[in-house]
Amino acid sequence: MNAPTDPKGEAAAAVSREWPLYEVFIRARAGLDHKHVGSLHATDARMAIEHARDLYTRRQEGVSIWVVRSSEIAASDPQDADALFEPARDKIYRHPTFYDIPDEVKTL
Amino acid sequence: MSGPAVTAQTTEAPTLGGSPPLCRYALRLGDLGLILGQRLGEWVGHAPVLEEDLGLANVSLDLIGQARLLLTYAGEVEGRGRSEDDLAFLREQGEYLNPTLVEQPNGDFGETIVRQVLIDAFQLALYERLTSSADERIAAIAEKAVKETRYHLRYSSNWLVRLGDGTPESHARVQSSLERLWRYTAELFEEDDLDRDMAARGIAPRLADVHGAWSRSVEEILAEATLERPRDVPYSWFGKRGEHSEHLGYILTDMQYLQRAHPGARW
Repeated sequence: MNAPTDPKGEAAAAVSREWPLYEVFIRARAGLDHKHVGSLHATDARMAIEHARDLYTRRQEGVSIWVVRSSEIAASDPQDADALFEPARDKIYRHPTFYDIPDEVKTL
Repeated sequence: MSGPAVTAQTTEAPTLGGSPPLCRYALRLGDLGLILGQRLGEWVGHAPVLEEDLGLANVSLDLIGQARLLLTYAGEVEGRGRSEDDLAFLREQGEYLNPTLVEQPNGDFGETIVRQVLIDAFQLALYERLTSSADERIAAIAEKAVKETRYHLRYSSNWLVRLGDGTPESHARVQSSLERLWRYTAELFEEDDLDRDMAARGIAPRLADVHGAWSRSVEEILAEATLERPRDVPYSWFGKRGEHSEHLGYILTDMQYLQRAHPGARW
């Protein structure tokens, strides 16, 4: 083996410090939505797409890739979960479960 | 570049001497993938970052996949009942017909990338032309390989541009790797009797055509990477005729150990 070794993992540490994190979204087939599959480090969007191709589409998982800087995602605050999501809990009438579905309709 | 001054002499490894030319040609193509795939495999677990570990492993597996198809075909053409595994693991050093460039050590990540750009550009120019080979099997294998190789070159050339046009340190390192490896590129385009025979039968392209395409593509990448094309050296290595640098023996020792110690071992 001629590969240089990095016993202290300094290179890897530098990468996670200096290379921004990207979130990866993959579309499995035409017509489906892009789904979040994970994240990775890259220096820019172009490299992120190539890394995503190598990491997340090795087993034919996708036909399209989106990447976005993790820092660009605005997220809800977990502390606000009660205020945001609790009120929906007792409003079961919002679920479309009160309809009779005709037998002819197969795909619902 | 003008062709190297040393004229090619035909010498063949003894045990391949009686093999049909097409068998030897398939071995040339296949051994390139086999040995380079083995070299890139050395990075697994050692690459600078996890993402590149997988990137290099993917390229390695593509190359070994191409080698399997070509070695299987070489064995069929040879007609002595040798399988892809026999050919991959049980030949002597002088029977491997890969170009000397692909057996050169990985060096640092930058040197691996330089070697990869030089060989990816060669394989792309070659496989693009082999898709219209008069030999149907070669044409079909080239059809598959050309798609994989396009990605390989995209991957390696992106990295070369980043490193060449990066910091003074990364620029100096890849420029010096380029100087070190450039001398092994002449062999890729040095036509010998086998190359001429294959071209005359429409099985392979003329290497002069491949050289033209390779030069254009490499020069474009080097320009973007702000690297200087080294001067050509008037000497050719001839790994593709079985005359190898010292490095191949070590690769084969690693690669063949299991089959030699436990003949016929399988997963």
